Amino acid sequence: MNNIFIILKKQIKDTLKNKAVLIQFVMFPAMAFIMTKSVKIEGMPSDFFVNMFSVMYVGMAPLVAVSAIISEEKEKNTLRVLMMADVTPGQYLAGIGGYVFLACMAGAAFFCALSGREGFREKGLFLLIMAVGILASMVLGAAIGVGTANQMAATSVTVPVMMIFSFLPMLSMFNETIKKIAEITYSQQISLLFNGLGENYVRSVMIVAANMIVFGGLFMLLYKKGGLCRG
Amino acid sequence: MKAFIEVSGLSHSFGEKRVLDDISFQAAKGEITGLLGPSGAGKTTLVNLLTGQLKPDAGKITIDGSTGNRSRAGIMMDSFGLYERLSVYENLKIFAGIYRASGERIDVLLKKAEMIKEKKTAVGKLSKGMRSRVNFCRALLKECDVLYLDEPTSGLDPATTEKIHEMMLEEKSAGTTIFLTTHNMHEAEKLCDRVLLLNEGRLVENGVPKEICRKYNSENKIEVVLKNGEVHTIKNAGESAGILGRWLGEEAIVSLHSSEPDLEKVFLGITGRRLGE
Repeated sequence: MNNIFIILKKQIKDTLKNKAVLIQFVMFPAMAFIMTKSVKIEGMPSDFFVNMFSVMYVGMAPLVAVSAIISEEKEKNTLRVLMMADVTPGQYLAGIGGYVFLACMAGAAFFCALSGREGFREKGLFLLIMAVGILASMVLGAAIGVGTANQMAATSVTVPVMMIFSFLPMLSMFNETIKKIAEITYSQQISLLFNGLGENYVRSVMIVAANMIVFGGLFMLLYKKGGLCRG
Repeated sequence: MKAFIEVSGLSHSFGEKRVLDDISFQAAKGEITGLLGPSGAGKTTLVNLLTGQLKPDAGKITIDGSTGNRSRAGIMMDSFGLYERLSVYENLKIFAGIYRASGERIDVLLKKAEMIKEKKTAVGKLSKGMRSRVNFCRALLKECDVLYLDEPTSGLDPATTEKIHEMMLEEKSAGTTIFLTTHNMHEAEKLCDRVLLLNEGRLVENGVPKEICRKYNSENKIEVVLKNGEVHTIKNAGESAGILGRWLGEEAIVSLHSSEPDLEKVFLGITGRRLGE
């Protein structure tokens, strides 16, 4: 437990000095705030931008943060040094994961406040959906971080993957074919849940769970192949 | 000699390539054992096996009587592995937390390494020599019985090299067993109680540096430096008595010493390769 907190604390200090990762946590909440406060169109739901940017945030911030942190630690050899200091892979992933989850949930809380949702149940459900989406993205980000040898390789995989998951829900509004494809992604299901809580709830939860199982399987496969330190 | 590290029949391959072949040696407690060899000889692989980062294909490693024990081992690898955005102190604090060392210990080590002024400086702003000192301090944060140092002074300036040597000798006098890999024979001759010469994955010689040099002193010559600047290498035999007597009579000799080969020449003689290759 001690080592998990040490890794978590280390990551907080490091991220505060790492603009590339820090901006991931701040960019979408800031954009949602600016758009919600400045764009008012008749007939447009007041939480339109919050829902849209929340989904982008879920698909992008945790994924980029986790893969960037792991791949940088591999490239700079700090991960190897931690492993030599008897930090276990589980402790490391829990420390990094705990940090990214908490940072992203802070963003989620901001989205929740901005959305104007009222009541404990509605707010709780919003945060729960965000939490599930953040977890799914984190597992996918960890798989990319573990499967790639360095930051450049990680970025070249992360960018297209995050574009797909972040933008599919928005693009599916304009194209039926894209909508059909997007149906199987967790980000689209999260978008659907935000826009109509309660409808097709079970189906959405099952698709998100299936996504997480696939990402988890991918992570395990890559982890077994090379461990945490090799790409 | 009481063995602290005992290795027998150690072999390791990467795919088809045999990197280490049937390595056996002992390293005594409280001594500095040097592993010398040119690049690609297998030095880092051997350290990785000793520190448990790799598992051997064959052979046995015993440290302080037990196999696979690295709980009281400090390790300094050839790559720094420091967090560049964090300060020197923040970097060491992470590992002090893992090793459960106190903040005072960090200050003591930074003072020893003459790095206390850079305590709050981001590691990314430090020179290579300074990073190396931080790296060395990190290895010493752990209360350890054995210290593995993989090329700790490679490419460093003389002042930093001297400082690291000084700290190593301090650790040795405190009873720590040190396993040092290097391709610098001067470093090995200066610091090591025993050396292992490694070439293409095989140990080609193992022993006390001076004894190894004497063993390979086939030419048996002595070197004489005269006051007029001349340097003469003469046979260490009766036939040189005349000339030597004349120089002594003329009080012309500045220094006189045996000219046994150094480790570099021994290694070259055995393998046909230079240590620095």
